[in-house]
Parts: sequence; C-alpha cells; structure tokens
Amino acid sequence: MTEAASGYTEVVTHAKVREVELPLGAGTMALITLDNGHDHTKPNTLGPATLASIDAAIDAALAVPGVAAIGITGKPFWVAAGADLKGVQVITDREQALEVARTGHRVLGRLGGSPVPSFAFLNGAALGGGLEIALNSTYRTASRAAGALALPECAIGLLPGWGGNWLVPNLVGADKAVTVIVDKPLNNKVMKADEALSLGLVDAAFDGADFLAQSLLWAAKVLRGDVTVARPEIDRTEDTWTEAIARARGIAATKGRNTYPNVDKAIDLIAAARTHSKAEGFAAEDEGLADLIMSDTTRANLYAFDLVQRRAKKPAGAPDRSLARKVEKVGVVGAGLMASQLALLFARQMKVPVVITDLDQERVDKGVAYVHTEIDKLVGKGRMDTDTSNRVKALVTGTTDKALFGDADFVIEAVFEKMEVKQQVFGELESFVKPECVLATNTSSLSVAEMAKDLQYPERVVGFHFFTPVALMPTLEIAPTDRTDDATLATAFAVGKAIKKNCVWSKDSTAFIVNRLLMRGLGEAITTVDEGTPFQVADEGVVKAGFPLGAFILIAMTGPGVALHTAQSLIEAFPDRFTASPGFAALVAAGKPAIYQWDEAGNATVDPEVAALWPQGDSPSTAEQVATRIKEAMADESRHMLDEGVVQAPQDIDLAMIGGAGLPLPHGGLLPMLDREGISERVTGRRFLPPGVASVPSS
Amino acid sequence: MRREVRDVVFVDGVRTPFGKAGAKSQYAETRADDLVVALIRELLRRNPQLPPDRIDEVAIAATTQTGDQGLTIGRTAAILAGLPRSVPGYSVDRMCAGAMTATTNVMAAIAFGGADVAIAGGVEHMTKHPMGEGFDPNPRIIAEKLVDPAALNMGVTAENLHDRFPHLTKERADAYGVASQEKYAKALADGKIAQDLVPIQVWSSEKGWGLAVADEPPRPGTTMEGIAALKTPFRPHGRVTAANASPLTDGATACIVAAAEVAEELGLPAKMRLVSYAFAGVDPEVMGVGPVPATEKALARAGLSIDDIGLFELNEAFSVQVLALLDHYGIADDDPRVNPWGGAIAVGHPLASSGVRLFSQLARHFETHPEVRYGLTSMCVGLGQGGTVIWENPNHADYGKEDDK
Repeated sequence: MTEAASGYTEVVTHAKVREVELPLGAGTMALITLDNGHDHTKPNTLGPATLASIDAAIDAALAVPGVAAIGITGKPFWVAAGADLKGVQVITDREQALEVARTGHRVLGRLGGSPVPSFAFLNGAALGGGLEIALNSTYRTASRAAGALALPECAIGLLPGWGGNWLVPNLVGADKAVTVIVDKPLNNKVMKADEALSLGLVDAAFDGADFLAQSLLWAAKVLRGDVTVARPEIDRTEDTWTEAIARARGIAATKGRNTYPNVDKAIDLIAAARTHSKAEGFAAEDEGLADLIMSDTTRANLYAFDLVQRRAKKPAGAPDRSLARKVEKVGVVGAGLMASQLALLFARQMKVPVVITDLDQERVDKGVAYVHTEIDKLVGKGRMDTDTSNRVKALVTGTTDKALFGDADFVIEAVFEKMEVKQQVFGELESFVKPECVLATNTSSLSVAEMAKDLQYPERVVGFHFFTPVALMPTLEIAPTDRTDDATLATAFAVGKAIKKNCVWSKDSTAFIVNRLLMRGLGEAITTVDEGTPFQVADEGVVKAGFPLGAFILIAMTGPGVALHTAQSLIEAFPDRFTASPGFAALVAAGKPAIYQWDEAGNATVDPEVAALWPQGDSPSTAEQVATRIKEAMADESRHMLDEGVVQAPQDIDLAMIGGAGLPLPHGGLLPMLDREGISERVTGRRFLPPGVASVPSS
Repeated sequence: MRREVRDVVFVDGVRTPFGKAGAKSQYAETRADDLVVALIRELLRRNPQLPPDRIDEVAIAATTQTGDQGLTIGRTAAILAGLPRSVPGYSVDRMCAGAMTATTNVMAAIAFGGADVAIAGGVEHMTKHPMGEGFDPNPRIIAEKLVDPAALNMGVTAENLHDRFPHLTKERADAYGVASQEKYAKALADGKIAQDLVPIQVWSSEKGWGLAVADEPPRPGTTMEGIAALKTPFRPHGRVTAANASPLTDGATACIVAAAEVAEELGLPAKMRLVSYAFAGVDPEVMGVGPVPATEKALARAGLSIDDIGLFELNEAFSVQVLALLDHYGIADDDPRVNPWGGAIAVGHPLASSGVRLFSQLARHFETHPEVRYGLTSMCVGLGQGGTVIWENPNHADYGKEDDK
C-alpha cells in the first residue's frame, strides 16, 4: 500500500550516531540519539522508516573503530511513545502485520545480540516500543525526570510485541511481568524511574539535571568492571508461574471484562516465557501481534484510544477558540449535590470565584459546606496542599442575593428538572447578569431552546450537561440552540476544556447523546423484565452488551427518579421507540432507591418489596437475548440520531459514550462493536463507520 | 555583640571543559545555565560531607545577564541543580572578573559571619552571548570624551598596552603565547587538567547527544614560525594576534568556600586560605594594566611583598597584559612560578568564569608545592579594572603562623 493511497505519511524519527569518549578511559561509545526534529509535543514514534534508521545507525555504531559499547537514547523529554500506530491502522493484510512485528524484533533485537554491550539511557518518556528498545539492550538507566515508563499495549488492543512479552518475565520473573504488562496498563498506571528500578526493569536511576552525563559515567564503570550489574536467576518453578498467571487472569476478568483477545494472549505469552527460548518467544509475539493487528477488535480499540487522545482535545463543532470570552467569575444556581459538585469543579480547575445560590440560606450553607468537606478530604489524601485549599475554599461563596451574579461571566443552573422552574430561574437571572454572560443549563432531557425562548438575550444560552459523579466522568455534552451565538458556544467549549472535560457537541434534542442512547438500551432491558425476565438475568444481558455494570445498578447510581424523568421526556419526544414501564414507575412511586439489596458480604439479591410491586409477564429472555435486543435497540437509536444530526459525526457518539457511560476503552466504542457484530447492517441497513476506521480495512 | 573576622578557606573548585565559541562549539546548542547546574551537582558529589542545606549562598557571575544567563542565575541554577529551596542565590557582574568577584563577595560575607559555606562561580557562553551583547553605550562617553570608544574593544586596549610599554614586543608576546600552549599540553598529558574537569552532556540537533570531555580551544604544536605572520586584526601592522590572545570561549566554573572553622566541623578539605584581595580601576584604554594596582593593593593589605609570592595564576587575556604585570615586578617572562599549566591563551577565557579557574589551579599547585607559602591570582578586566586575590598554602610548614610582616 503506497503512502499516497493510504493517506498515511510516517513522521520519521532519525537515529543519529555520535562518538562519545567515555570517562575513566573506558573507551569510545557510539551513542545513538532518536530525534524526530520536533519538540516535546510531538513524541518520537517508531514506524518502518524509523526502524530502518535505527538499523543503519546500529551498523554505523558497530563500524566505529574500537567501539567499546553502543548507547541509545531519546531527544529531550522523549525516548519514544511506541510504535507508529497510524501506520498500524492502515495495514490491510496479515503479511504486512507480520512484517511490522518481525522488523521490530530484528532491529531492536540487534541491541540484545550486539557484539559489544548496549546501553539504553531512558532520558525521557518511553512507552511500548520505546521501552522495548531498552528491554532489548544489555543495560538500562532511567531518568527520574522521565514522564512515564510503561508497556501500555494491553490497554489498546495489542501486546508488547517487540520483545517485551518475553523479555520482561525473563528479566524480572512472572509476577512482576504481570504487574508491568497486565496490571498497570489495565489500571491506567505508568511507572517512574525509581519504581522501574525497584522492579528490576532498569539497572540504575539518576536525577534529570545531569542524567546523561551520570549515565555515561555509570556505563564507563560497568565496562571497566567497577560496577557489576546483578542479574539474579529468575524463579522458573511452575507453581510460581501458575500463581502469577492466575493473578493476571483475575485482573483481566475484572478490569478487562469486555476486553478482547489481546490481554489473554499477552498472558499466554507470559506463561510461555517460562520455557520459551528468546527466538521462540519473539516468534510467538510475531504471530500474536499479527493476529491482533488483523482483528477488528484491536482496530476498534485503537480507534477508541485515538478518540480519547486526539478528538477529545479538538472537539468537532466548536467555533474558533479566539471567539471565547474570558470567564473570571462563575455562578451556580442550585445548591444540591450536583450543583455543589459543579461549584467545586469550577473553583478547583479554573481558580475563579464561584457563587452558589439557592432558595434559602440553609440550602446555600449546606452546598458550601459540602464543598469545604470535599476539599478537606483532598487535603487529607495529600492531593491538595493547604495553601491551595485555603484559596479554593475562599473562592466558593453562597448567597440568596442574586445581585451577586452581576459580574459573573458564566452561570450554570442545576435546579429541579422542570421546565417552568428552569425558565423562571433564567428569567430572574437575566435581570441581574450582563447581556454577554453565558447562561448554561445542566438539564439532562429538557429543551434548551424552550428554556431560553422568553429571554431578552437568548443567544447566550447553551446546554452544558455533565455526568455523575462530576469529578470522574469525562464527558460534557455542549448543546447550542439555533439561536446560540458563536461567542457563547466558543466560551462554553473553553470552559469545558478548562475543567478538563471531553466536550462533545450535541444538537439541542431530548436527552442529547448519552442519556438517549443509554435509556434506549437500558429501556430495552427493562422491557425484558416487564416481559418476565428475572432482574439479574436482564442485568447479565446489560453487561454482555458491553456496559460496565448492570442496568439496575446504573439506575440506582443516577437515582431512579431522575432516570424515570429522562425516560418520560424521551417517551414524549420519540413515542415510537421509547415505552413506559409500569414496574419502573411503581418503583419510583414507592420511593425505592434500588432494585437490589446488599448483605454484609456484598451479595446482591432482589428486594422482595420491589419484586412484589413490579408486574412481570411470563416470557422471559435469556441474558444473551437481552444483550442482543439492547444492541439492536442502540443501533436503531444511533441511526436515528445520526439522521437527525444530533452529533457532528459518528465518532462523537462513541467519544460521548466512552466518557459518559463508563464504557471501558478496550471495548473499542459502541458503534464499532455494532458494526463488527453485523448489527448495524441488520438493523439499519448499513455500517456506522466505513471499514478501516475502527476495523481492519479492506485491501 | 562585636563581630570577629573569621578565616575563610577554599574547599574545592571545578570547571567544565571549555568550548571554542562559534557555530561549531561543543556547547553551541547547550544552555549556559545547564553548565552551572552540572558543576554545582558535581561539587556536591565530590564533597558529600557538605549537607546541601548548609550552603548559605550561591553567587554566580555572567557578563551578559540575559537569556540562559539571565534572571538571577545564581538562584535559578541552585533550584535547577536540586538544592533545597532554602538556599538563596544571586548574580554578579564584573565582566572578566565576575567569578573572582562572586568568590570574594561570599568570602567577605563568610569572614563577617554573614554566611558559613557558599558556592561561587561564573559562566560565559560567548557563542550565544558575544561580548557587549545588548549594550547601549551612553552618548556622553563620546561627547565628553570619557572613554575612547576604541577602548570598548579589548584587542585595541592590548595594542595600547604595547604602545605604553614598547619593550614588551610582539616577539615576547608571541613567545609567551607559545609557552602557554606548551605548558597546557604538558599538563594535559600529565593528567593535571582532568582533575577538575567535569564531563558535560551536550546536545546537537545534527548529531544528537554527546559528552564534552576536553577543552576545544588549545592549539598544541604552536610554534614561533607558525604564528609570526598571523593577522593583527586590531591594528594594521600591529602586535596583537590570535596566538598571543585568548580565544572567545564557552564555559563555566564553580567552587566551594567556607569559614575555616565550619570546614573543620564538616570535615571539608581546606585547600587554600584567603589572605587578602583587592580590585582597582585603571584607564579603560589600557585595561590590561589593571592587575598592577590591584596587586599592589592586595600585597599591601596582606603585609606581603611580591617576593613572598611563590606561585602565580594570572589570567592571559593577552600576552602583553601578563608581561606588563611581570615586568612591573621584574619577574622574567618564563619564570616557572607563573602559570605552570599554561593559561587562557591556550585553554580559553569564558569571560565571567576565569577567576575560579585560576583559584582551582592554584589550589592544585599548593598540593604539590608545600614549600610555597603564598600564591597570587590576578586578572585584568574590561573597562579598566584589575583584581587580585592572595592565598596561603595550608600544606606549608608555617601555615597559620603570625608573621612580623
């Protein structure tokens, strides 16, 4: 496949070779520096031309007369962020995939098989292939200033396929290999130099200020024999390995539920490393990596990773950033839990004054007190220092006097979910705030346009919808009305970015993106319960459909009343596809917070009172059937949403759902899954995403 | 409570390899402050008995205080080097005598009791910051004939010095330059230079990372014949050439000084004891003569005569200015007490940093010359100044004894 045809051009990282006279008369080192010529915002990546450059550099290094050692290091701040994933995404056949694996093994493997010792100096962040450069080398040092050292492959549908899967267990043993290859990536954790040192992944750690000079001095001492690097024999007993592998499978099952074959494969390779020779291990990685690259699930995983890394940073539909107004004071209307969470978020991330208001002083005081308590908790956990806590506490004030909103630049309402109440709030606010003050609503299912229609300046109103818990859920739906002006919309996106959310543009239609899709899917699960499916079987079906938790647990978390209200709005807006469940209504009417009850051991059983009030038919479905119906329903709803222009592009449905519904990243996104399982085509007549975007491209 | 003057000692001194300023300098793409940072860290490694929080001052000199040599480099370099935040720092400028002044400043503070232990040094990255960068001369200098504008050019002042002392000929200047190269080359071969040289990591966008381990400026094998026909860029048919002047240089130096009693408390070596120092001004047009009045003052304050000085480390901005000082005291051009390891003509002169190189080298000489009791370090300074510091050798039998002098 030519570069032009695939639309992919590799940003080449050049391997530069320089002779270095080592201290202590230890001889000459040929030092290879990896540098793509860009600053730290564009990390080095390892594509085919880069590997060729490294290959040539190793040739040049070995050709230096009397060379005593090879060194390899990165540019300032970065060794490498891993293999060039863009290049992986355009691969169309298995031979190409095998070639990627084999070339990486061959080139990086030269560092391991070099006639003179090789030293990898991890002067900056080294992820995936970047770290494998070091793992393949004879010796390794790491800088304490290096931002991250990791093998994140298991989190993105791959495995450490350039030697890491065999080298790590053979270096540090099975259990530590499980930690590095499986545990950390699935828990979104990376290592710093000292941890890598204590795990035995690197041989020495030095401060950042003079890292390379100290590493070269250390290398000199190693070459002279002044320093001996311990390489203790690893424990190869079967029991030790079995235990470690069992631990790995456990992590994969909990964290990686809904992950696909890559984690299992990586664990298989760790197990095999107990007895595989290096050649066998590398060959197994070749085949494993090729299989994964040619799998739709891995492609979906890479697609989802790309959404969260890149699309989230430049939201589609956002006007030019320069149109945003400065926001130097924020108002929050409402002092309930949601509003208080919002106040804390704004104060903490934007460091601007935040004024909370509510119906009476008692409610206001409670809201401010909540903020203070949360801040104290952060200080207690060591996540905020006392100076900052004083600052943030002082920023959040409460009042019943709306005149204090006079100089606010951005006011968000999180009051009771009833149109008349919200309209009244906005109408009253307008008499106090500036004409350009953005009025944002956190409504989950009411019409933003309706809320704004009687205002004097409706163009400054915008939907700004969070997910609970606000501190954790990344998605923020931003919904302009037809009258919202660009400055307001730009300001909304700027505020969203300032509070570190993944902003997704949504049309001002009922329940925007996530809740609409969720309620369609979960609504289907509820329907199966109405038909007679046991609650726990339905929940199993929800999990099988790709959700992190069962429906009824999700609903319990949101609050059944809120969920019901959203459901009712959707039934009103789309009566053909959303139906009411008498059982669910009864649950809410009875004031029950959840379907389940939990005993001390944490076991959940259906609350018999709930079972009693919920009318059920006699056509139960299996969990499998429930899952299929949920997926079909969401495919149908997604197609309607795309046709209605609810989102700028299908990618935004996936981005919103990943950060709003807790769909785990390895899941690869909702739409890719529906495409992959043929459901999109079966239900809506065609795929959501063209082949190659989140699946293996056609050749 | 009345203060007593305390004895101050020189504990340790290091420098970076020097780079030949220009696009091809080994430091062309390396920051000046990173040079200082590396030296501070090395001083602490070499002296592990010194707890970093006992450092009371970090005084770093640079002539052009902007860019990577700007914003109170003594403080920024301390933070970048990982010193505790409680350690204060500041910057100094007395052009070529920056590091010398930084050191005398902190030593005076120590003597008074305003500090116990200090780091002092200097840096000049002349590739990035040529002499006079950013300077805006006051028009009165010309209007009121305060200073001959030509005097702002160091090479011209050296020619002026040849005018003032016609017996200090081009031949003598050339011979002095050749000797400096020879003495440096021998010291290098004997392993003397490497002792206080700190390898520095350097970046090149063309070649990647590297390690600076050697001085770039020296020109070994220089002969009288080879340099006789060199251009005289500061005056047609002049006397000052590249062979009898120091090259433009990139580099840094740093040292630790301490109160003698604190050095003893901490178990730090005392390699030299401060006896006296002086700075003096002279006509900018003949700035090279600066060391003369500075030395007179320092000797007088020390109650010593030139005959008491057993070793000299003199900065070699130009051969003629060294010869002017030697001539003043009737010391021969090739007196073995003078710059035994060569000087700036060979190794280079990164403007603000040279003073501490002189100190470090004198301290090394003291180690192997216990018969020498007093040593003298001196330099000339642009805009017409001189600075001299006199030291006592702790290895000498009479060290610390009261003299009648």
